[in-house]
Amino acid sequence: MTTATTAGAKAHAREQERAAAAELPRVLHPASAYAGDLPPGVSAGDLVWAETVPPGGYTSLVVAAGTRLRVRDTTGNGCAHLLVFHADQPTERLNVADTVKVQWQAFLTAGHLLLSDQGRALATIVEDTADNSAAAPRHDALFGTSTLARNVERYGSGDVFGPSPAGRELFALAAAKHGLTRRDLPPSVTFFEGVSVSDAGRPAFVGSSGPASITLAAELPLIVLLASTAHPLDPRPEFTAGPLDVVAWPGAPTAPGDPAWGATPEGRRAYENSTAHRRTSGADR
Amino acid sequence: MTVAPATADPLAIVPPEVAADAVVIHDETVAARNPWTRVIAAGDTLTMVDVGGNQAVDFLVYDAHDTELRYSAPDTLQGQDTIYLTTGSVLRDAEHGPLMTVVADTCGRHDTLGGACSKESNTLRYGHHTRAQHACVENFLLGGSRHGLGKRDLVSNINWFMNVPVDPDGALGIVDGISAPGLAVSVRAERDVLVLISNCPQINNPCNGFDPTPVRVIVTRA
Ligand SMILES: [Zn+2]
Repeated sequence: MTTATTAGAKAHAREQERAAAAELPRVLHPASAYAGDLPPGVSAGDLVWAETVPPGGYTSLVVAAGTRLRVRDTTGNGCAHLLVFHADQPTERLNVADTVKVQWQAFLTAGHLLLSDQGRALATIVEDTADNSAAAPRHDALFGTSTLARNVERYGSGDVFGPSPAGRELFALAAAKHGLTRRDLPPSVTFFEGVSVSDAGRPAFVGSSGPASITLAAELPLIVLLASTAHPLDPRPEFTAGPLDVVAWPGAPTAPGDPAWGATPEGRRAYENSTAHRRTSGADR
Repeated sequence: MTVAPATADPLAIVPPEVAADAVVIHDETVAARNPWTRVIAAGDTLTMVDVGGNQAVDFLVYDAHDTELRYSAPDTLQGQDTIYLTTGSVLRDAEHGPLMTVVADTCGRHDTLGGACSKESNTLRYGHHTRAQHACVENFLLGGSRHGLGKRDLVSNINWFMNVPVDPDGALGIVDGISAPGLAVSVRAERDVLVLISNCPQINNPCNGFDPTPVRVIVTRA
């Protein structure tokens, strides 16, 4: 097929979708074509987004308050690096220090909130199927993501177009799609690869419990940045990452009467702050 | 509260390995609850002295010539085998480059996880009634604003002299301090850096022994 002419180049471009039909699409249109498992009460027809983020890839989404976002490691090799920002005022963003300090807990799982620097709940972890235990946490809020310099040192490359992309490079690209720069990137959280901490403060990479998923409930309108790359403390000499299956469906933010609302006094006050902010800002519209 | 007189010889206060053959470039006592900022030249050493004992010193550091290269708690932890800071710890930026190195420490260990107190997070931790209280993020914003820095530039910071253990089940919290009057930590600039300090005004937890006190900051040149 010639690409020497505009007509030839157009035909060549249009042929590519048909030729790729046998591959797993990265973004499903419509999302209701999703064929994977969904939680009870959710059907494919409810989905507003369905995507597979390849190993070494990234995605970003803007979601309305209340949206449920499920991230699934389908192979047990996945590691999901996550950042969340208030979509209407992205200088308000995930604060991992406040998240672990306010909740008196470094190992995140279902029931924990992702807190912003403004004393508000950005999201709630409403589901976690990983096999967490005190000795073997499966998610990490302390060690952040990988850098170009360190991935070059560890794997020989950290470029996003190379075999072992660095998380910060992927985040920089995802952030740029929303007008944000490296200046806007705080420490991130990672899901599906855990790190324990000994009494003496020594970290030990625990890794994955196998295929698992987490589901977030957006408590505010959010920009979500998601990178699929190796955990920065992953000791395996070969770069290890897996595909991440991402689906989203509508829902409501946590409200008085929901079990999560009053589960802890700190969480209740975070929900109170988020709820008041949605009302004054019009984000409940 | 015991406060060392500000007239005391600064070279008698900084750890001996820092004082040896050093000249004092700057010596100042930061009053309780106040911010402090300064550019520290490459090679110079900043010593922070816990004058009254158990006074958290919230600390951020930036490349003075490119403030986008700023302290990163995760990168600092990735580069060592403990979650605490002490002599030998390298404070790294978010691209993993070294900003400063801890060269002396008579306290023993310092916090990397707890971040700064803020009016907003105080409402979650202690109740909505604490919103009016002064907090470290206010100090960071005030100090940073004099150097063109704003909210986007604030990230998880260091808390010198603050004690935040992590239990094996992940439980963590600010508990009674292990510092004492006169203990000091010294950090050497690996390149020209801008330092932001908040002398923590928190009164709702033991990070300042429920009584914020002054800290002394001494810059020396070898
Ligand atoms: Zn403070």
